[in-house]
Amino acid sequence: VFTFILKFQHDHKVSLPMEQVIVAMQDPDLGIKMKNQRLLITVIPHAMTGNDIVEWLMKKYSIMEEEALHVGDLLVRHGYIYPLKEPRNLVLRPDESPYRFQTPYFWSSQQWPASELDYAIYLTKKNIRKQGQLIDYEKENYNLLHKRINHTWDFVVMQAKEQLRASKQRRKADRIVLECQEQAYWLINRPPPGAFDIREHGPERRNRLTSRVQLVRLHSFIIHQKKIHDRTFIKYSEQYFSHDPMMHGCPPSNPWITDDITHWALNTNTVSTPTKLRVERWSFRFMELLSDPLGRLKFMEYLEKEFSAENLCFWEACEDIRHGENSRIPQKVQEVYKQFLAPGASKWVNVDSKTMEKTLEGLRRPNRFVMDDAQMHIYFLMKKDSYPRYLKSDLYKNLLVKAIAPQETKRSVFPFMRRHRHSSPNPALVAQALEEDGKAKRLGSPRITSPATSP
Amino acid sequence: MLRGSSAVAIDNERNKHPSDVIAAASAARARRSGRVGLATASRSTSDPHPAEMATHELHPNDTLTTLKMESENLKAKLEEERAKLHDVELHQVAEKIEALGQFVMKTRRTLKGHGNKVLCMDWCKDKRRIVSSSQDGKVIVWDAFTTNKEHAVTMPCTWVMACAYAPSGCAVACGGLDNKCSVYPLSLDKNENLAAKKKSVAMHTNYLSACSFTNSDMQILTSSGDGTCALWDVESGQLLQSFHGHGADVLCLDLAPSETGNTFVSGGCDKKANVWDMRSGQCIQSFETHESDINSVRYYPSGDAFASGSDDATCRLYDLRADREVAIYSKESIIFGASSVDFSLSGRLLFGGYNDYTINVWDVLKGNRVSILFGHENRVSTLRVSPDGTAFCSGSWDHTLRVSEEEGI
Repeated sequence: VFTFILKFQHDHKVSLPMEQVIVAMQDPDLGIKMKNQRLLITVIPHAMTGNDIVEWLMKKYSIMEEEALHVGDLLVRHGYIYPLKEPRNLVLRPDESPYRFQTPYFWSSQQWPASELDYAIYLTKKNIRKQGQLIDYEKENYNLLHKRINHTWDFVVMQAKEQLRASKQRRKADRIVLECQEQAYWLINRPPPGAFDIREHGPERRNRLTSRVQLVRLHSFIIHQKKIHDRTFIKYSEQYFSHDPMMHGCPPSNPWITDDITHWALNTNTVSTPTKLRVERWSFRFMELLSDPLGRLKFMEYLEKEFSAENLCFWEACEDIRHGENSRIPQKVQEVYKQFLAPGASKWVNVDSKTMEKTLEGLRRPNRFVMDDAQMHIYFLMKKDSYPRYLKSDLYKNLLVKAIAPQETKRSVFPFMRRHRHSSPNPALVAQALEEDGKAKRLGSPRITSPATSP
Repeated sequence: MLRGSSAVAIDNERNKHPSDVIAAASAARARRSGRVGLATASRSTSDPHPAEMATHELHPNDTLTTLKMESENLKAKLEEERAKLHDVELHQVAEKIEALGQFVMKTRRTLKGHGNKVLCMDWCKDKRRIVSSSQDGKVIVWDAFTTNKEHAVTMPCTWVMACAYAPSGCAVACGGLDNKCSVYPLSLDKNENLAAKKKSVAMHTNYLSACSFTNSDMQILTSSGDGTCALWDVESGQLLQSFHGHGADVLCLDLAPSETGNTFVSGGCDKKANVWDMRSGQCIQSFETHESDINSVRYYPSGDAFASGSDDATCRLYDLRADREVAIYSKESIIFGASSVDFSLSGRLLFGGYNDYTINVWDVLKGNRVSILFGHENRVSTLRVSPDGTAFCSGSWDHTLRVSEEEGI
């Protein structure tokens, strides 16, 4: 039973987390205490120091200085806070350098385009003020714009002059602040060559495919919801704790740390004696055993002794169908039927009559999933019967006893002495060689071999 | 900008004290937000069950407003139904567990060679090789252990956002703005041009965002900016199954490590994470709790849950059997989106690569952050733990890849 609901596309503007921080920083009670800051001979009101910013972030978010400096620096780089000293350099200095909050009009989230016209007015103002002494790239941009929007140049010059006249009537402190604000804005919207463009977000993502009403299908599981299996994750993490190199180390050592690849050499798919941790893992769950090629091999040995190896062979053959080339499906399905399901088959598997009937029906139009039901039946048969018995068998117990349990080596006394980092044969090369020998199977994992054959 | 207005008017606007402007904007935003009403909508016990309500036929007289109201009510009811079964959050259950100690993270290898932003990477099953792709079209195969480059291919497009290593280690798949996924068999003949043997497998109608081989080299699963995912036969390039249901660009996917191996999860710009049945093409579960694009999804090692990373600066954990979100990993000081997530081998740790250049590591059970790694000089765009859990690799817009490990001390 499926239910349908009509889903409408909402177009909410979510407040940027960055803006939330900026707003919090300016809270009259809990924000940064702003003061007058001295810039040479001028006194700038409503300003703060780099130190103020770092300390506030540390306190507010309970983070260390390194992280606070990092976050603060990002706020400056994105133009929400600008420096008064060295305004061309949008970085946060954790010292007494003065900073101010950018006016929201100039926030990068406002998303109105920083037009050529506005940029032209800005550069013209600068050009007039500096009497023609613009910086290289700004001079270049100015000349380019002059050519491109020449038809409105009178308007540009008029606007520039108006704005300069208005600014002359302001106090020096205000004038400096406004110039810095505008400069920060243009540093972000027209970054100098070589500087990273913080506006870059990658290829455009269209957030809505259609603006029309969209039908959404919901499964009826809503009615059959189960309670959260609370301890599942706890149990799993505890079980695998000592197998997780990041939690518990890695016997004898983590190759990435010590440059010693013994750990990898001991755990290849062709070792004669597996490690203790590895053999232990096979007992955690059936899938763990099957997905390890060596585990599967050892399990096959056991099944052969029990005369039920055909089950695992059947399962592998079904996997081959499911994950193999589309073109070979009909042929493979026929072979599997002949080998495993047909009456009198050499490796006959015991599938219940209902599943057999369904499978035979599906054989008329063989597809990738035609063996799924039979495969699952045999899988669960192995899981419930052969697998538990295997774990109790002498074969498995011997593996555990004989398994290698390397000692975890202490850190090298001279950690700065690097061992030679052995290269290993590229899997593609190995596969090529095997293919030439005619020994390669179709599916992937059994072919990965051990790294480093040379000392 | 206000064109044609007087210069003085513009200046006045820009001169407003920042806090005044912020206050006004917040008020306006609160008014605009229509969602405030949802939670407080009255629900009487005589209201029909969501399942019944929804199967009512559409009448020609139903206006857009009434339909919208109905959809909102339905959604609220669904949440209510889900909430009824809500017992506790994961971190509450994990209260009694010992907290993790101090962790130290160290970068052990830095792979330099890409000339532009690294966008994606994947590990080879041999636990030491990786494939990476970048904005300039380059796809490189490295032995990360020795830092040697072993293969390089230049794609005919820029922004190669997806790449994957074949299970056999004999091929790599990649794609991006070309809307395709191509497979390159890895040849060891130095003189042979890898591009010559290239096989075009997937064809979408918008950019390729992610790709992954299934259990063999013969099938590839893709996700695309065209809003769909698809399963392809590598040999013939045939489309085996397509998956429709996302309302916007699909950005990521991950195959389930389950016994039956028939499902995968995808995340998209519609803020939804969908779980799909690969046989039928149906969406069998859907989760929508993120507040922005979902950039990355990754299954918990047991397959019972998956984690997601989003532009809303949070990572979340979704329990598949309980059918809901069970944990949020966030911190007020983390204000940039998470681009990529992956679990440590035991699933106890969740690694998140973020757009603020950092990597944060979370205690999956208790929900707190246990470590932070600085080092990249630009966005972390991709992050994967190695197949045996000994290390993790991060790729960044700073053109480098770094292999780092995490140790409890």
